[in-house]
Parts: sequence; C-alpha cells; structure tokens
Amino acid sequence: MKKTVVISALAAALACVGVAGPAWADPVDEQLVIDGETMITRAKAPEGHPFDEVLSGWLFRTVETRALETDSFTNPGMLEVEEGEAIWNKVEGSAGKSCASCHGDAAESMKGIGAHYPKWDAEAKRPINIELQINKCREQNMGAEPYDFDKGGQKQLTAYIKRQALGEPVSIDLSQGDLQSWWEKGKDLYYTRTGQLNLSCASCHEANMGKMIRADHLSQGQINGFPTYRLKNAGLVSVHNRFRGCIRDTRASFPKAFSDELMALEVYVTWRGSGLSVETPAVRQ
Amino acid sequence: MAAPKPRVKVPKTASAGEVITIKTLISHNMESGQRKDKDGNPIPRQIINKFTCEFNGQKVFECDLDPAISANPFFEFSAKVNESGTFKFTWVDDDGSVYSSENQIEVK
Repeated sequence: MKKTVVISALAAALACVGVAGPAWADPVDEQLVIDGETMITRAKAPEGHPFDEVLSGWLFRTVETRALETDSFTNPGMLEVEEGEAIWNKVEGSAGKSCASCHGDAAESMKGIGAHYPKWDAEAKRPINIELQINKCREQNMGAEPYDFDKGGQKQLTAYIKRQALGEPVSIDLSQGDLQSWWEKGKDLYYTRTGQLNLSCASCHEANMGKMIRADHLSQGQINGFPTYRLKNAGLVSVHNRFRGCIRDTRASFPKAFSDELMALEVYVTWRGSGLSVETPAVRQ
Repeated sequence: MAAPKPRVKVPKTASAGEVITIKTLISHNMESGQRKDKDGNPIPRQIINKFTCEFNGQKVFECDLDPAISANPFFEFSAKVNESGTFKFTWVDDDGSVYSSENQIEVK
C-alpha cells in the first residue's frame, strides 16, 4: 500500500514537471482590458506573414507586469503621458504656437491616428513616423527646434499622441508612395544576421518566439505598445531605442535613430503587428 | 522636478458598509540623499516623509516613508464607508510643503 502511494506521488510530481515546462513558455490565454476597454492581443496575421496569428507582447509577460497595464492609474507610463499632454498645450517657437493651437483637443484630433503610422512623406520621399512628424511640425509650423532623438519631450509627446489611439488596431497603408519598397528593405533587414552573435530579428522573434532566452520570455517583438514603459528603465523607451538595443545585443554596430535602415525596419515591423490594438504606453519587463 | 502632483482614485458612490479600494499616487522624485551630483557633492535628501488619509476628520490610514522608497510613491488600501463624506489625503514633503487632495464619496 505504502509503495503505491510513493509511486503515485512520484507520478504526480513528474506530471507537474511535464506540465510546468511548456506552460511556462507559452503566451497566456487572457484578455487585456484597459480601463474597461478590451484590447486585441491576438489577431489574424495579414497575408504573407510568417505566423498565422500575431500576438501582443503583453501575453508573454508575468502576471504582475500584465496587471500594471490594465489600469491607467497603475500604469507607470501614464505619468509621462501626462507630461506629454502638458507639452501638447505648451507654446514654443517663433510662431507662438503650441500643438493645441492648430490641433485643438488631442482626444479628438489625434483619435486613432497613432495606429496608422509610419506613413509616406511625399516631400522627404521617405517614411515618416510620429516622432519625425512632430519634428516636422515644430520646424515648419511652430518655428521651434526639432527634438533630438529621445530628448526634450519627444518620447512623452509621442506617447501622448499614440495613447489617443488606444485600442485601435494597427494598420498601415503600404500603397502610399514608395512605402512598399521600404517594406521590402525592412524585411531584408529583419532576416539579415548581424553582429558577433550572428543573429537576425527573426532568429529570436520568429524562430524561437515563445521560448526562453536565459531569463527572458521571447515575444514576437511587436511594436504596438511603443513608446513602452520598461520596468528595467523605469521610464518610456522609444521604438528606435529598442531597435538599437536589440541590434547592440547581437554585438553589431547599430544604425542611427530615424536612419533609412531603422525607418525601413519600423515600416516592416509595424506591418508584422497588423491588427493588434495600440497599447501605448505598454508595460513590459 | 515638476511640482509634485497628487492623484487619487476613490469611487464616487458606495453602499453603506461597503469596503472600497483607494489608490493614490504622487509624482515625486524621492531624492534619497545618498546620491552625488557630477561634481561629487551630495544631493540633499528630499522625500515625502508622511502620508495620511482621513475620512470626515477621522484617521483611516497613515504611514511614514523612508529614503529607500522609489519615486512616485503609490499606495493602495481599503476602507469601510458607512456614511457619505470626504476623504482627505495629505503628503508631507521634507521641505515642509504639504500636498493634499480631497475626494467626496456618496453613500446610497
């Protein structure tokens, strides 16, 4: 009798180990609800996508990190979004204007906007993202200095504008201008191995998505929640900073923010997250 | 540092005897006094050292804060409400400033 007990206990222990392994590495099957509004964290992949389903990085994080994002009061990134709101209303530059002078209430004028960038900039003949759009506005309409990368209020204002698209599914129109060829270029970069570690974006975020890389749970590397609040940085992290960080981690030299390479990558990676809700500011590890 | 700004989340209505959840957050650097600036001089300590919550003049929650507490301190606690009234929250800064917020709650 006693023997049976020991054996069944052992079997139970083994079963636990068996279950705990894969369950730990899988993305969770949960709904993200932010302030009562349900977000799309699983979407059917667009045609030509390597995955059947695109998954938000939220599904890969721990239960505590996930919880922080569900309430804008507990989301630490919202403090910086508030700073962004102050910048929106602040008059700067020789024209004596603020963002609000032309665009009024961001809740209306910027509603849903952030889900559809990068767009095609016909003047510059290259893609334009929200950071560059802000700089363009500052130079051309406000007579103010453009922000240096990640400086001034660039991250905060970008996050404030993107927050107005909370819940809106990401979709970009590749038929604008030459955007399709930038998408192709971004795709090439995504699959190009770089650095001493000889890794491409796809090595981690496609081939090994869902697995553990040391202590980190690899997600699909979606950018629907950027600028993202990272617990590691205790602050907002912009998408180009994240790209540079990832490339640096392959031990390669990394391109400048807003360079042709990274703009192409942003176009392609944004497309890879088509259909996911904008979660800015997402909370990640 | 921008002026510290208190934020409070209290339900607007509750039923008598209900236990409600209160969340508070104040934006504050919480400078610990342990750091040095780039010339090597110590940066003086400036933190929120006390937080209190009163309901209709009666103390509900109080705590002292110490230098190891991180920036933008967040408190979440519960309280039982039997009558309509006002929650008053105060944060006391090392420099003597007091930041406060008052929130009404109606018991139905």
